[in-house]
Amino acid sequence: MATSPDGPGALIHARGLSKRFDQLVAVDAIDFDVERGEAFGFLGPNGAGKTSTMRMIGCVSTPSGGTLRVLGMDPVADGPRIRARLGVVPQSDTLDTELLVEENLFTYARYFGIARDLARRRAWQLLDFVQLKDRAHDRVEFLSGGMKRRLTIARALVNEPELLLLDEPTTGLDPQARHLVWDRLYRLKQQGVTIVLTTHYMDEAEQLCDRLVVMDKARIVAFGSPRSLIDQYSSREVLELRFPIDATPPLDQLDGLAERIEALPDRTLLYTDDGEATAVEVHRRGLRPESTLVRRSTLEDVFLRLTGRSLIE
Amino acid sequence: MTGALRVLEHHLIVYRRTWKGSLFTSFVSPILFLAAMGFGLGSLISRGPLRTVDGLTYVAFIAPGLLAATAMQSAYVETTYPIMVRIQWERTYEGMLATPIRILEVLVGEFGWLVFRLALGSVAFFLVMLLFGTVHSGLAVLAILVAVLTGLAFAAPIFAWTATRRTDLSFALIGRFLITPLFLLGGVFFPIHQLPQLVQGIAWLTPLAHGVALARSLSVGVLTPAAALHLAVLLVYAAVGIGAARITLQRRLVT
Repeated sequence: MATSPDGPGALIHARGLSKRFDQLVAVDAIDFDVERGEAFGFLGPNGAGKTSTMRMIGCVSTPSGGTLRVLGMDPVADGPRIRARLGVVPQSDTLDTELLVEENLFTYARYFGIARDLARRRAWQLLDFVQLKDRAHDRVEFLSGGMKRRLTIARALVNEPELLLLDEPTTGLDPQARHLVWDRLYRLKQQGVTIVLTTHYMDEAEQLCDRLVVMDKARIVAFGSPRSLIDQYSSREVLELRFPIDATPPLDQLDGLAERIEALPDRTLLYTDDGEATAVEVHRRGLRPESTLVRRSTLEDVFLRLTGRSLIE
Repeated sequence: MTGALRVLEHHLIVYRRTWKGSLFTSFVSPILFLAAMGFGLGSLISRGPLRTVDGLTYVAFIAPGLLAATAMQSAYVETTYPIMVRIQWERTYEGMLATPIRILEVLVGEFGWLVFRLALGSVAFFLVMLLFGTVHSGLAVLAILVAVLTGLAFAAPIFAWTATRRTDLSFALIGRFLITPLFLLGGVFFPIHQLPQLVQGIAWLTPLAHGVALARSLSVGVLTPAAALHLAVLLVYAAVGIGAARITLQRRLVT
C-alpha cells in the first residue's frame, strides 16, 4: 500500500510485517517505507498496533512474519548496530529517577559508548535545546510532565540519531507543553533527522507529518499526506450541529444537504464544501440546533470515515 | 561486553552519592549482631555446661555464619524490589535496551554491581570480625569470597524469579518463608545437626547451609573434603540462577 519507488533502499522498509501475541494479532501484514529526511506518522486509536510496530522497528520486539529492514539492516540480527543509530522516545518515560537531570543524559550517552568529555558537552547542549539548563541538577521526579517528556526527547538525541522514533510524544501534555515539543521536533526535522511518530491526535499528525498511515485493528487502512487524505476521504468543510440532548437528530430533514452525514452521540456532522451555505439551508428548513459550528476538515474526519469511530473514545 | 561496564558505571554514579550511608550500615549491622548475640548470648553459653559450640566460643561460632547469612539477605533485598523497579516500575532496562546495550550485558553489569556490593559488605563484616577477635586462621580471609558466592547463589535465582513477576506480592513471601527460616535454621546460630533429620535434609538443599559451613571451616582454618561439595553447591546455584535469569529477563523485555 504505502510503497515508494525506492522500496528496499528506504530508511525503514516493511512488507507484510506482522506481530502476533498468542491469539492476538497486534500487527497484521502491513507495508510501508520511510524515506530519509521525512516525518512519517502512524495515526490510530489505542490498540491499533502502533506501539507494536514501533517496538519492532526499535529492535526490542521480534516480528512474527514479513520483512523488516531498518537502516538497511535486519533488526533481529543487527539490533545493537541499528540501535546505535536510533533515538527512541517510548510511550511512557523511562528516565532514571536515581540520577539527576544532567546525569540522565550523561549516563545515556555513555550507554552509546560516547567518550566522557563529549558526553558531558552533549548533555549540556541538549539541555539547552530542550530548555532545561536551569534544572540540570534537579531530581527527575521534581520535573513536570512536559519537562520529563522534553528530557526523554533530549536523551533520545545523545547519539545524534539518523532516525528518531517517538511513541505518542505529547500524550498527556498540556497545550503549551505540546507546542514546545512540536517546535523542537520541527527543528530536528529541519536539521535532517528522519522522524517516525505514533499519535492518536490528528492535529499532531497534521502539524508534524509529511506522510502518514492510518492504522486500525492491526491494519493500515489509508496512506498519504495529511492534505491528500483529507481531500480523498473528507470534504473541504464540516458543519457541526448540536441538538438538544434528548432529541434525536432529525436526520431525514437533513437529507440531501451534504455529501455525507455522520450522526455521533453528541453531535451531527455534515460534510460539505461550503459550511456556511449548508448552515443557512439547515435553518431555512426550520431546524433549530442548539449550536452550529463550521470548521475545516481534519484527519479525525478521515478516521471517522474510514472506521466509523472516533480516534479518541 | 563493554555494555556491561556502562551498566556498572551507571550504578557507580548513583553510588557516589549514597556510599557513606550504605557503608555505615555495612558496619553497624555486624557490630550489633556480634555484640548482642555473640557476647550477650555467648556469655550465657560460656558460663553454661557446654562452654563452647563445636569447640568454638559462641561469638567465633556465629561470626562466619552471620557473614554468609548477611550476604544472603543483601542479595534478597537487592534482587527483589530494586529489580522490579528497573524492569517494570521505572523501566530503566527498557531505556538501556534502546541503546546498543544487549540483555546479556545488562545482566552481567547488574551481577557485577551486585558482586561489588556484596564484596564491600563482606569486607566490612570481616573487619568487624577481626575487631571482635573471632578470626583464627589466615584462610579466614577467603570466607569473604565464600560470602560473596553465597550471596550470588541467592541473588541469581531470585533475580530470575523477579523477572517473571508483574507484582511485588511474592517478595514478602520469599522473605518470610525462605530467607528468615534459613537465617534462623541454616546453621548460623547453632549446628545444623541439632535439627530434626528432615529439617536437616531441607537445610542442606539450600545454598545457605553450605555457605555457612564453608565460611566457618575457613574461619577456623580446618578444611575437610566436604568443602569441595559446599563450594560446588554454591557454584551450581549461582550458575543455574544466572542462566535462568538470562532467559526470564529476555522473555520479559524482548517480546
